[in-house]
Amino acid sequence: MSDAASPVADGANVDVIRLDQVCKRYGSFVAVDNADFSIGRGEFFAMLGPSGCGKTTTLKMIAGFEQPSSGRVLLEGVDVSTVPPHKRNVNTVFQQYALFPHMTVADNIAFGPRSKRLDEAEITKRVSDMLDVVRLSDFANRRPAQLSGGQQQRVALARALVNYPSALLLDEPLAALDLKLREAMQIELKRIQREVEITFVFVTHDQGEALTMSDRIAVMSQGVVEQIGSATDIYKRPHSLFVAGFIGSANLLPAVVAQGDSAGASFDFWGGGRITVKSGHVNADVALTPGEQVTVMLRPEHLHVSATQPAGESLSAAITDIVFQGASVRVVARLANDTEVTALVAGDGAPPFLRPDSTVWLSWGPDAPFVLDGWPSVAGATTTNVDSIEASL
Amino acid sequence: MNATARLATVASRPERVGLGVMVTLSLGVIALGAGWVAGPSAAVVAAAMLATVVGLVSVAFVGGLETRRALAPYGLLKPGILWLSLFFLAPLWSMVVMSLSSKESRFDFFPSFTWEWDNYRIALTDFRPQFLRSFGYAAVATLLTILIGFPLAYVIAFRGGRYRNILLGLVVIPFFTSYLIRTLAWGNILADEGPVVSIIDGLGLQGAFESLNIMDNGKLLNTPAAVIGGLTYNFLPFMVLPIYVSLEKIDPHLIDAAMDLYSSASAAFRRIVVPLALPGIFAGSLLVFIPAAGDFVNAQFLGNPQTTMVGNSIQDQFLRQLNYPVASAMSFVLMFIITIAVLVYTKFMGTEDLA
Repeated sequence: MSDAASPVADGANVDVIRLDQVCKRYGSFVAVDNADFSIGRGEFFAMLGPSGCGKTTTLKMIAGFEQPSSGRVLLEGVDVSTVPPHKRNVNTVFQQYALFPHMTVADNIAFGPRSKRLDEAEITKRVSDMLDVVRLSDFANRRPAQLSGGQQQRVALARALVNYPSALLLDEPLAALDLKLREAMQIELKRIQREVEITFVFVTHDQGEALTMSDRIAVMSQGVVEQIGSATDIYKRPHSLFVAGFIGSANLLPAVVAQGDSAGASFDFWGGGRITVKSGHVNADVALTPGEQVTVMLRPEHLHVSATQPAGESLSAAITDIVFQGASVRVVARLANDTEVTALVAGDGAPPFLRPDSTVWLSWGPDAPFVLDGWPSVAGATTTNVDSIEASL
Repeated sequence: MNATARLATVASRPERVGLGVMVTLSLGVIALGAGWVAGPSAAVVAAAMLATVVGLVSVAFVGGLETRRALAPYGLLKPGILWLSLFFLAPLWSMVVMSLSSKESRFDFFPSFTWEWDNYRIALTDFRPQFLRSFGYAAVATLLTILIGFPLAYVIAFRGGRYRNILLGLVVIPFFTSYLIRTLAWGNILADEGPVVSIIDGLGLQGAFESLNIMDNGKLLNTPAAVIGGLTYNFLPFMVLPIYVSLEKIDPHLIDAAMDLYSSASAAFRRIVVPLALPGIFAGSLLVFIPAAGDFVNAQFLGNPQTTMVGNSIQDQFLRQLNYPVASAMSFVLMFIITIAVLVYTKFMGTEDLA
């Protein structure tokens, strides 16, 4: 990340996009609450969150379709908070592509350069270069309606990229595609981004998409940026219960602090059992005073399932369901306190002791747990609670 | 080969059967309607049509599901085709014959067919001013309906919000009153002692209106402007509705996209909204121009003898002069010119995706 504080003439050191304490209010409703972050040159940046979290509103403020209620939006170090979209050097790929139906693919792509009144020879060259980048050279004279969803998506990309914007803004660009195509387009998008070396700002509610493609992810919830970090960062060290539950699947187990210091801490699970955690695995805001309410996050893939009680710390549970998932088996089990947890067992078959109603022992490695402040609204596995999943979509 | 086997062979070509039956019935209807046949031969034609229907039913019966499915589209077309054959094609034929007929002696009540091309010469020379006026008035009225109708449709489509349907209803509401009554009402509104003239006089704008050729000698009624205004008013909904339909289909994100791609609002309107509204403007223009060119009601009630349109002349020749041949010839010329105009217009507008 470049240093936003240095007001240098050298443009390369200025952040492409900077949101300076940006708020957006509609009446009493706060859509975006004090967003304050920068996006660097050439970065693939995702804004991730459930619908209504303010990610699209933030994108629209960067594009110029919305003005912030307070705070500033800076592009290349220049305050553009009140500049209309057609005077900002960013381009948007819209969710439903918004291709112009009465124009050919080539004319769609040439729309931006023509608006800027570039030389027609230059436009022709740029359009054909861009058609190469998105691999649609054979489709230049087709109408958008004659293209498949994935092709339309690439036209929308080319139409935006042909302007060489400071940043490309993508609003749920893959949402309209079906699963297989979506996965292929994720790789394609990443390739195109490397090729053109333009900053991509990507809005999505699909955490898989964000984890796959982004250099950094901003997780948003109810207008607030909960955490910004790399995919591994937010997956392994979530800063809040919301992030822990929203990214990937997690077992969120309520516990209280037993004792703790800078070297490490131990916690008593609600309903019995103890866990010892290394110092780096406790979130910064957790107060290590005994009796303090905390949540221990254990990812399903970090839970080992065994038939007999292992040597170290463990919890006993009764298996309620076993789901074959191809590369792994998902084991759903119920702890003594009735909390439902899931564990992923690698391998293409379930060991014979994995049967419904059999009692097993769940254990974990020293790097597995991560401790967060407060108790979760729903204890246990985030993937088995329908209400909490629906609320996150 | 027995009868059933023969029927089955026929039934294996259902498209031909369907088409054949349709053409036969339609020709029969025209023959009866246009008076090609009369008396005993009419009975023969009717019997032949009945036999065709019976044949069709037996083919459908023998042919089974596949055949019946293939015949279905022709069956659905039939009521419309027969209706048009009886009430459009048959009269059209009668008019062709009439337009080339003449009275051999002044005592004949009914003209007879004599290849009388002179009817067309009369239509084109004696009534030339009426033709020119009709197309001129219709063209101006069409242009005015576009200028008034487009902004109206635009506001309803993009700014109407939840009042859209109410606003559209308001556009259509005049249709609940008879065309004639509405036109007569305009006569009162534009009358010399009416509200419009007195407001113009009160504001002292009479001179200005006269220099624009809208008023004549202090009068608003019985001027070309009144006739064109009446046409514009009466046909406005036919312009608003198709334009609304094509505007309503425009995804508002397209305008956002254009602005995102460095277009100002006015450039986005010019490059996106107008081209996408063209099919509506095109359809609306046809719906306004064609009936306006043949209209006689507005010229009758809002015009004067110097503003008669070709519709008035045709009506006059048909109903008062009882000069059927010339009236028929004029009708044909009108139809011909409109057809050519529409074809040329279609060619230039190039609406490959006319809805």
